[in-house]
This record gives sequence, structure tokens and C-alpha cells, in this order.
Amino acid sequence: MKGLRFILAGILFGIVMAKSEAVSWYRIQEMFRFQSFHMYGIIGTAVVLGALAVFLIKRFQLRDIQGMPINLPAKDKQWTKYAMGGLIFGLGWALTGACPGPMFVNIGYGYVAMVIVVAGALLGTYLYGLIRHKLPH
Amino acid sequence: MIELLKQPWPWYTSGIVIAGIMITLLFFGKSFGFSSNLRTICTMAGAGKKVAFFDFDWKTQKWNLLFLLGAIAGGFISSTLLKNDEPFKLAAATIADLKALGITFDGQLEPGQLFDLQSISAKNVLLMLTGGLMIGFGSRYAGGCTSGHAISGLSNLQLPSLVAVIGFFAGGLIMTHLLFPLIF
Repeated sequence: MKGLRFILAGILFGIVMAKSEAVSWYRIQEMFRFQSFHMYGIIGTAVVLGALAVFLIKRFQLRDIQGMPINLPAKDKQWTKYAMGGLIFGLGWALTGACPGPMFVNIGYGYVAMVIVVAGALLGTYLYGLIRHKLPH
Repeated sequence: MIELLKQPWPWYTSGIVIAGIMITLLFFGKSFGFSSNLRTICTMAGAGKKVAFFDFDWKTQKWNLLFLLGAIAGGFISSTLLKNDEPFKLAAATIADLKALGITFDGQLEPGQLFDLQSISAKNVLLMLTGGLMIGFGSRYAGGCTSGHAISGLSNLQLPSLVAVIGFFAGGLIMTHLLFPLIF
């Protein structure tokens, strides 16, 4: 089954997010109150290693497992959407203590009430699709 | 080995594994971005019939949905096979700050006050629904969440992602420092 590798990558993601406590509402509060290095350490390590890997991929023009060149599409430069969308996301992130990934990891962990957050997130996504042509981008 | 895995994982192991997952997905010909799944689920539920934004072939995103299912399974494995009984270590200053807001630190991964189905209040259901709504709306408006912008985008030195991440942080600080005292 070709999809198995994505399931396995997802399992590893779920485990690392839970075992490093990055899915915890408490840890997100600690981060936004600048009272612990924990979350900064996680994100910082991932970005530094990720940037090094992307640099090497570009430098040596590496290819994926199907032999296609790995190209990372540049993000478009419409600044309003990044600032406004980012701000709204951040408000929700601090309130629920969950990003889109961790909210699902939490459900698997046994925090069934996180389904409420997921329902809200689906509703919010739909709402954006509905009114996006009226929003500044 | 299993005993070692059961301990809470230090931040650097987590950062290394997350970078590893992002790189692995690149070599699978995909890019790490979790919130796209929310759009895909809306499309699967039929939103594409009414709203053009959701009118796309969701099967191209099947790999990401499988990643999502894996993430749920990973959470389950962590709370069963890899469960440890050590109490959660939270910074003393955070415990004190939350106490002042009336939120008790109970030593669990998530505050029971907010996430235990048995004791959750109507007010907290509304808060979680609103918070989720802002996450869903905001991540689509910004074109990505923490995985897409903070990890993938910053690793590719994308200035737009830096703007989005600054936005994530500004929103989080406003919620925590200005709105929490009004809400809790």
C-alpha cells in the first residue's frame, strides 16, 4: 500500500508532538508568557535543521523518490493576508493551546473534547472559503 | 529502549524529529502543511458544490489525510504504550499566572477544567469553538499554519512565512496578555 508511508510519518509526528508535550495547552501558555525555553527550543531546532536541509537540497539539486526534482514553491507576496490571517490564527492558538495538527493528536490521546476545537476549525475554514472574495489579501 | 521512549522527550529530540518529518515528506514529493486537511475535509463534506474555494479534487490530498490519521494514532500510542506516570513539569511562574486567572494546574497534559468532557462548562465549550474557528479561518487566510509557515516556510527562508509567524505570535500575545484577564 503506497499510502502506508504517510500513515507512518503521521504516527511519528503524533508521537513526537505528544511525547515532547508540544500539544499541551500549558506549554503554549508557558511560551506566550516567556516562562520557558521548551517550545522555542522545539521550533528553533526544527527551523535551523530544516533550513540546512533545504539549503543542501537546493545546492545539490536533490530529487525525490520518484526521481522528480524537489522544488519548493515560493509563497506569493500578498502581505495583508499573512498579517491578518496570522493574527487571527494566533488568537485561536493561544486560546485553545492547539494548532491544526496537535488538535487531532489530542483526540487520539484521549482528549475527546478537542473535537469541539476541530469542529470550530472546520467551520472557520468554511467561513473563509465563503467570504474570501470580500477580504483584503 | 521502551523505558527511554516513555520519558517525556526533550525539546531538541522533538525539533530534530519534526525537521526529519518535513524533509521526509519533501523526499516523498509532498510538502509539510497540516491545515490544508481542514479545507480537504470541507470539500469531502460537499462544500465544493456551493463555494468555489472548495471545488478541487480532494483525492490529490489523500496522502495528507493519511498523515492526519497517523497523527491521531500517534496520539493514541503516546497515551497507552508510551504513557509515563511522571507528573507534568510546568514552569512555576506559569502555574502562578494561571492560578491568578482561576485556572488550576492539575499535572496532566491538558487542563481538565478546559478539556475533560465530564466537567466542561458551556462557557468553555463556546471558548473552544470560537478558538477553533479563529484557527481554521486564520490558517486558511494566511495560507498555512505552524507546520506550513513556521516550519516549512521559514526553512525555505520565505519572507511571507516570517510575516505570518510574526502574526501568529502577535495574536497569541494579545490573547494571552490582554484578553485572558477579560475571559477567565
